[in-house]
Amino acid sequence: MSDVLIRAKGLSVGFPIGSGLFNKQVLKAVDNVSLDIEKGSFFGLVGESGSGKTTLGRALLKAAPITAGGAHYSDGEVDYDLENITKDQLRDYRKRAQLIFQDPYAALSPRMTVRDIIAEPLEVMKITRSREETDARVREIAAKCRLNLEHLRRFPHAFSGGQRQRISIARALVSSPKFIVADESVAALDVSIQADVLNLLKQIQSDMGLTFMFISHDLSVVAHTCDHVAVMYLGRLVETAPTRKLFAAPRHPYTKALFSAIPSLDPDDRGTAQKLVGEIPSPTNQPSGCKFHTRCPFAVDHCKQVEPELESDGGHDVACHRWKELLAPAAA
Amino acid sequence: MTALIEVENLTLQFRTDEGLITAVDNVSFSLNKGEVMGLVGESGSGKSVTAKALMHLNARNAVYSLESRITLHTDSGPVDVLSLKTPRDLNIVRGGAVSMIFQEPMASFAPAITIGKQMVEQLQLHGDYSKQQAKNISVEMLDRVGISDAAKRFDQYAFELSGGMRQRAMIAMALSTQPKLLIADEPTTALDVTIQAQVIDLMKDLVDEFHMGIVFITHDLGVVAQTADKVNVMYLGRMIEEGPVREVIRNPKHPYTQGLLAALPKLDDLDAVLTPVPGDIPSPLERPSGCVFHTRCSKIVGDECRQTVPENRSIDPTHSVACHIYSEVPA
Repeated sequence: MSDVLIRAKGLSVGFPIGSGLFNKQVLKAVDNVSLDIEKGSFFGLVGESGSGKTTLGRALLKAAPITAGGAHYSDGEVDYDLENITKDQLRDYRKRAQLIFQDPYAALSPRMTVRDIIAEPLEVMKITRSREETDARVREIAAKCRLNLEHLRRFPHAFSGGQRQRISIARALVSSPKFIVADESVAALDVSIQADVLNLLKQIQSDMGLTFMFISHDLSVVAHTCDHVAVMYLGRLVETAPTRKLFAAPRHPYTKALFSAIPSLDPDDRGTAQKLVGEIPSPTNQPSGCKFHTRCPFAVDHCKQVEPELESDGGHDVACHRWKELLAPAAA
Repeated sequence: MTALIEVENLTLQFRTDEGLITAVDNVSFSLNKGEVMGLVGESGSGKSVTAKALMHLNARNAVYSLESRITLHTDSGPVDVLSLKTPRDLNIVRGGAVSMIFQEPMASFAPAITIGKQMVEQLQLHGDYSKQQAKNISVEMLDRVGISDAAKRFDQYAFELSGGMRQRAMIAMALSTQPKLLIADEPTTALDVTIQAQVIDLMKDLVDEFHMGIVFITHDLGVVAQTADKVNVMYLGRMIEEGPVREVIRNPKHPYTQGLLAALPKLDDLDAVLTPVPGDIPSPLERPSGCVFHTRCSKIVGDECRQTVPENRSIDPTHSVACHIYSEVPA
């Protein structure tokens, strides 16, 4: 068994909505999620927009309020309980956990040179003591992200999307973090560049021994980069398994539907997909029982009333009342 | 098959402070009725500019070369799109014979006017309808694209609809004037895969029903494989490969098309290494000489790649490629 870097237990994130004194509702963006992220792994998180992927990622960075449950971070040097972390601990945690954003056009200040953008975390977190030390660190990390010295003097507008994303990656890496949340980090890039950035992330991960949480809506990207995948729907974890297991035999009807919705590259394989009807319900008005029953082709009355728990079977967890039944006809 | 639109030698430059920038360079293609053409390329390859030229919709600083010709065959005879000047003449094309769907539906609807009012407005502009008739057509169209409770949606604003619904409403609006040609500029890029699958299905049904031509712009080769009959691949303003969708995807000829396919993560082979196309697309201000792709090409055959622009060569009657590798094939 390898070590667990982050262990979430019953983690929930809620946002208060409605301003009335008596009319206080809570929007549950992440609802009772438990998961383990192993040290040195590439952990994928998938789901449609509105499923709570980003909020979960932010909660693990302590950038979204944890309203119930908690998460434990342990990298061998320090142990933090994220739900009641002290101010001093949080300052240290910021160095250890970093975020790479989706849109490299919006994430970089147009008025700072690339050198200043990458150096800013070092200065703000007072990691380096002198300008020389900062410069040396910036150059070292820039080289890792394949940016040369000349690039450092320029402003972000002079760079293409792929290069900008490499700058964002350098900025996230400069404080030598242990844990990185990459939120849709390749979604805004062209396919030819996307492969380049994915390869870079993989290489950095193995070079620096990092742990990644990779949030994406693109299942084929996740399949290629991640070791372990968790599928979210309306704030709940519906299925989690090692990538190969999940892609070879998805168990939850939602995961199956997500897979079959990926457009096939084969022009003769048209219209075979099992289409999901409707859209993800609003999180303010969540269905009872299994959250997926409104769109599930296999839902029965039981699904509408009782919410399924995540059950584990051979390292492959799924939250569905009927997954075993649904497995049977395929085996027969 | 009858041709719907023919584009010949389209060359388009933009006048800017830095000088003339070539966005589209000598592009020719044609599209038949009921045919779906996928236009594929990276950002900056000139896909959207080419599509906008079909409606003469590019900004005022666009300069078309004298040889450029776009002929649209309407019911009342052929129209030379680029010769149209006044908004009145252009209305025959814009929103009349040709409609367009944009990538970001939130940005394309006016936020402070109801969906219905916007649909009625454009119907009345292009057809001789009373308000009530226009409303009936709009509600029917909304219903047709799978929006439940269409009469209620008609009176709602864009922000009240989800992303998938908005894109459906956009499609309904574009089709309500019964265009001959639909230009869809990355219509599914902003949507989730599940909703994307729904929208693709809808568009396929609509082609069958209305028998119109579609120019489908996308960077996603999977979406192209699922929707298009033929594919045109663009790079830095040039059409580098053209052919039926099966041919281009299974048997790509141009190193760039091959590179795009190799860079794509595939679900049936998780161990395959992703090979990116090296480097970035050059700035249009520094267009490479010779073959525009030679700066990133791994299969350069010799100096001709750097010096001479490759001609379009036919691999077979329907499949053509612009690359010096195939120089033994007569142009």
